[in-house]
Amino acid sequence: MITPEIAIAATSSSVAGFLARIAPLTPVTYLPLLTTHAPPQVAIEVSGVEKTFRIPTQRVDSLKERLTTFSQPGYRELHALRDLSFEVERGEFFGIVGRNGSGKSTLLKILASIYAADAGRVRMAGRLAPFIELGVGFNNELTARENVELNGVMMGLTRRDARSRLDAVLEFAELQEFVDLKLKNYSSGMLVRLAFSMMIQSDAEILLIDEVLAVGDASFQQKCADVFNEIRDSPRTVVFVTHDMGAVEQYCHRAMLLHDGGIRALGPADEVARSYLRLNFEQAPGGAADMGGMADITLVDVWLEDGAGERITNVEKESELRFGAVFEAHRHVEGPSFGFAFDNADGVEVTGFGISLPDGTPDAVEPGQRIRLSGEIENRLQPGRYVAKCWVHREHNLANLVLHSPHVLDFVVYGREGPGAVSLEHEIGIWVDAGAAVDGGTGASGR
Amino acid sequence: MSAEPAGLELRDVPGPSALGGGRHRFFELLWLMSVTEFKRTFFGTVLGYVWSLMRPLLLFAVLLLVFTRIIKIGGSTPHYEVLLLFNIVLFGLFQEATGGSVASVVGQEGIVRKTQFPRLVIPLSVVLTALFTLGLNMIVVFVFMLAFGVAPMLTWLLFPVILLPFLVLTCALAMLLSALNVRFRDVAIIWIVVATALNYATPIIYPLSILEEDPTLRHLLMCNPLTPIFQQAHIWMIGSAETESVWAAAGGPLPLIVAAAIFVAVCVAGVWVFNREAPRIAEQL
Repeated sequence: MITPEIAIAATSSSVAGFLARIAPLTPVTYLPLLTTHAPPQVAIEVSGVEKTFRIPTQRVDSLKERLTTFSQPGYRELHALRDLSFEVERGEFFGIVGRNGSGKSTLLKILASIYAADAGRVRMAGRLAPFIELGVGFNNELTARENVELNGVMMGLTRRDARSRLDAVLEFAELQEFVDLKLKNYSSGMLVRLAFSMMIQSDAEILLIDEVLAVGDASFQQKCADVFNEIRDSPRTVVFVTHDMGAVEQYCHRAMLLHDGGIRALGPADEVARSYLRLNFEQAPGGAADMGGMADITLVDVWLEDGAGERITNVEKESELRFGAVFEAHRHVEGPSFGFAFDNADGVEVTGFGISLPDGTPDAVEPGQRIRLSGEIENRLQPGRYVAKCWVHREHNLANLVLHSPHVLDFVVYGREGPGAVSLEHEIGIWVDAGAAVDGGTGASGR
Repeated sequence: MSAEPAGLELRDVPGPSALGGGRHRFFELLWLMSVTEFKRTFFGTVLGYVWSLMRPLLLFAVLLLVFTRIIKIGGSTPHYEVLLLFNIVLFGLFQEATGGSVASVVGQEGIVRKTQFPRLVIPLSVVLTALFTLGLNMIVVFVFMLAFGVAPMLTWLLFPVILLPFLVLTCALAMLLSALNVRFRDVAIIWIVVATALNYATPIIYPLSILEEDPTLRHLLMCNPLTPIFQQAHIWMIGSAETESVWAAAGGPLPLIVAAAIFVAVCVAGVWVFNREAPRIAEQL
């Protein structure tokens, strides 16, 4: 499935040019709005927040069990957040990143008043509109009109305010014609548009957004991006949780990297994004780093791009899909081979490829050398979420694992759903044979 | 900070709670949730209201047949038929509200776990929806009362006085049950049995007067806080001179004190348990 135009450049001399290549979107034009006058105003202040979940070793969830179990059920404590303190300034686009289980969601839920913190204090200036999951709080039996009102009130508007915003919400979502359609008849794309539009129109001073960009069609995504850019330069404050480092660098003024419930990094978005990537690639569970020390070869960057060379996180079905990755060698490695594979949401490996250094160059890499992979992948993927994994072997031997990262990239393919795991190109004809009396038949063919 | 418009200074985020997010928002949400649920049941389908009216009416028809032709439980009670219908409709509120609220918080998992939502709205909206239904059904009851020859009385105006303690008790139970069910999922099953028992422990299908020969049982029934409420409703809405007053039926203050104590205990328990559980509900779902 991979066209053979993957090129590998293992030249350390072109590092600078190469860096310019891998980071076309990085220039974070962080021009603080706050440089003008007035000291920065704090919009969110989190001090000393802790959260521990007690996970019962034996779950008792009925009265009967409670009454018939004499021993006190034991607990295992899970420290989701440890003594967390930070501030978000007014007007800031603040990213929160971290691996799964780092405490991101818990923090978000505490900020949104869904969980109560065990200790510490959270203060905010202004109203907060949480947008933690798409379409939560929608009632499928109600029309869009009624849902806009209900959701508006949920986000803290009065009923009159919520109603008066109906037109703006529907216009942004491009759903004016469907105002009186029950939500159960909406497509998922329409729901997403409605939910996103509602959040934008909620007028709250502080927005809490959890990973929503991976939705909608291309034109709506562009619209979301425009809105994000607009909000970025407005006095509204945004807390944005995502795994997508491209988005972090593109939108966020500052970001925070959570790890094991504490702050690993806090600062300019691009630096934090890099820390995240380092954390992810070097310490992936089961990775070579776990076997002791730094891996001999590490993955520095991995991305998808469209036909125009723009980095993307979401791919339209059957559109041109290009793939790129950069490795860095830290030791001499003989005969390295590099592999990538894509799993779909069901955990099924859909496709993959492996490649070694090109003929005519030394079959080894030296410390400091960077290895660049890029090429086009025939995009036959069905809509859905995909995860890319990566590994590196030495001496072309599958047993000699240098690096193994089970989750280096995730992306969404959007478009019309079809059957199966991939959509193969097909040319199939169909005929109705009308017996011997009639000469010939009626034919049709579809691609 | 002085140049800041009001409302933009730092304020403590209180975290999830029963009421969370201001009184105004609380009542707006309560109203919206109840109205939409009500609309969904009654106006979502063509026969919506007809169906929901059919249920108490059919039950009424069956019970009427059984208890006036077969068991003759009504005895000499005047307007027994109307009393039966009235009681069924009134107890219907209790059954619908408590039965519906038990699983309500668990059922609204999405809202509870993913949004900042005043938890108390969820069980209370079930009660409010049931109250709307009662309002509709009472129209039919009054039509029947007039049709069966119950003379309009001034005491009809006292119906809200009956309704108030009845609703308070219902809300308290709704809070208690919905919060407990998050922790112990079998509360819903247990409650079905208890609600059925309460149906018989309250003078609904029988008038209290048939227990004349068994004062002990009658006094015991009076300890059920629902009994004085239903007995007083009987007196004010349909009653005749022969209808025993609550005081006489209790045969002394003790059963009434017990009933009041249970009433207060349920209310306190409802508020206390719900308040205690509210901040942690999202984690336990």
